[in-house]
Amino acid sequence: MPNIVFILIRRIRIPLILLISVYAISITGFVLIPGQDDEGNLWRMDFFHAFYFVSFMGTTIGFGEIPYAFTDAQRMWALFSIYTTVISWLYGIGSLLSLLQEPAFRTLMTESSFKRALKRINEPFYLICGYGDTGSLLVRALAEAGIRSVVIDHNQNRINSLELEDLLFVVPGLCADASIPDSLLRAGLKHKNCIAVIALTNADNCNLKVAITTKLIRSELLTIARAETHEVEANINSFGTELVINPFDTFAGRLSLALQSPSMYLLFQWMTSVPYEKLQEPTFTPKGKWILCGFGRFGKAVYQRLIDADISVVVIEALPEKTQAPQGVIVGVGTEAKTLMEADVSRAAGIVAATDDDADNLSILMTAKQLNKDLFVVARQNLKENDDIFDVANADLIMKRGSIIANKIFAIVTTPLLSQFFDLASKKNDKWANELVSRICGVVSDNAPSRWTLEIKTGDAPAVSLAIANNLQVPLEVFLRDPRNRNDRLSCIPLMLNRGRESILLPKEDEILQKGDQLLFCGENCMKAHMNWIARNHNVFNYVLTGREHSSSVLTKLFSQSS
Amino acid sequence: MNFEKVIFAFFIVLALTLNFGFFLGDIENPVHHNVYELFAAIVVSFIATVLKAGDKTHLGAVLLATSLVADLQLIVAAIIWAVAVHVTETGLTPSTMSAIISLSGGALLANITSVILLVSETLMVRR
Repeated sequence: MPNIVFILIRRIRIPLILLISVYAISITGFVLIPGQDDEGNLWRMDFFHAFYFVSFMGTTIGFGEIPYAFTDAQRMWALFSIYTTVISWLYGIGSLLSLLQEPAFRTLMTESSFKRALKRINEPFYLICGYGDTGSLLVRALAEAGIRSVVIDHNQNRINSLELEDLLFVVPGLCADASIPDSLLRAGLKHKNCIAVIALTNADNCNLKVAITTKLIRSELLTIARAETHEVEANINSFGTELVINPFDTFAGRLSLALQSPSMYLLFQWMTSVPYEKLQEPTFTPKGKWILCGFGRFGKAVYQRLIDADISVVVIEALPEKTQAPQGVIVGVGTEAKTLMEADVSRAAGIVAATDDDADNLSILMTAKQLNKDLFVVARQNLKENDDIFDVANADLIMKRGSIIANKIFAIVTTPLLSQFFDLASKKNDKWANELVSRICGVVSDNAPSRWTLEIKTGDAPAVSLAIANNLQVPLEVFLRDPRNRNDRLSCIPLMLNRGRESILLPKEDEILQKGDQLLFCGENCMKAHMNWIARNHNVFNYVLTGREHSSSVLTKLFSQSS
Repeated sequence: MNFEKVIFAFFIVLALTLNFGFFLGDIENPVHHNVYELFAAIVVSFIATVLKAGDKTHLGAVLLATSLVADLQLIVAAIIWAVAVHVTETGLTPSTMSAIISLSGGALLANITSVILLVSETLMVRR
């Protein structure tokens, strides 16, 4: 990109040359015109005095005739010089200001400030394409966790709102079309600190293009893309994209999980929580017939999952032909009592308001509640801006599309082991999840649990690695003791142990650790620091392991040997 | 013929010729060096600098650099002149004069480089 200063000078070249010429002519005039000193002798200004006079003349007219009072000829020349210098100054400043106001130049300035901000990032960062509901939630969550990100979005208003956002540090935003490879390069795709690209735009094609560009230019980068249709999902998956998220499937999957297995749902919600998220209360869904309002892409995904789980569903849809609604569909939006009565709302167990219009969903929710007070109501919230009304709408479960996807991505990029944990956990039953949920409840207070990984390797856990290398038996339980008093326990739970290809869910406390093991924990946020202390400090580690406090200083060693 | 090129070359060559005219003469003798010529050389050198600024090519960058060198040397020469005559009031002694002229000689070299670059670029264009 061209240097802004040079562009500036090139654009105001004519006023600059005019100014120099006017100055030169005025100065020469003053030097040539004869004057008088205070005694009436002939006196000529030299260049020094002429330059001095002309310099202040244009800006402070009336400062005085220096060093001697002017003759009439000099005054006439001064008169001429005043008008020419003032006009050329005005012209010069005017063109400079109009250049600064020009939209093209402003774009150039914002781009160059973006470039500077990007250059200053010296920590790993995520490149996030698309700053809609999901993108903004993800950026905030990453910032809370102390992770940098860079945003690219084609909508200037969203970039503006990013700049106004009160985040822990500056998140540079570039207004450009992410589907153009050049935009990605400008946004730092080749930056040595870029560690992942996350494509979250609304357009599948754009996400596809972002994923392809990333994989071609830097195949080693973690790539996560959002895809609304199954074809694009398969397409993006085909060239090695690490994670493809279908918002409707993810969303419907989470909803059906909430209906079938509330504890599992709660576990998933907690494990994908963002920093400082409040702990959600468990919800228990009643068994029986369900009503599904809206049979769009989301409705279809929900329907499929409910049918798979042998739950009987009545569908209400305004345009049954267009959406290919199943047999027995009730025509209507579901916002009117009549339609809901037709669907036998008074005997239903629950209702899912799943249209893509938030106002309709709220209306369905309120009407249904009036008709059947005990009805379990699930509302789909499409836009984040409607948070306030959904919070007071008294729904039993609110499914926020943006936050479910953002939270899932956040959890997986910050703790990659979680995706394996989810795979294993989803094969377990609700009872297992219920036990785990109550155990987690025991170790956390107000906020949802945070997750972290501990890897037994020399860099991350030198103290433990050394002990294992010295053939010491190190049980997992070591990490669960408080380094300040080993009889106390840290409030955290080991979720998974990953050893080579083998993964052990909820490992036992007496499990002997090996080099290269990866451990996934969850618990209070501050516990991570305690655990790192144990893993890294030899003395603390020895204390926690054996209960004896060793000092590693030479003097103490000498003493203990001699005694 | 491109009128813009004419102006461009005109100022660059004029900066050299004025500079040379000022430089010419006995190095210690103030009579041989006209103050008007120094003033004109400075003004033309400024204009040449503005004209050169903003060219993105490598050659443009070098041209701009030579011009900046010439500006710097000539301004320092002018400041020495003004200080000698008006501030310390020692007048144009041979040592002061030779300092001024050797500075303008440096500027002359920069201007010569500039013109050589201009000429060599012109020779590359065979039309």
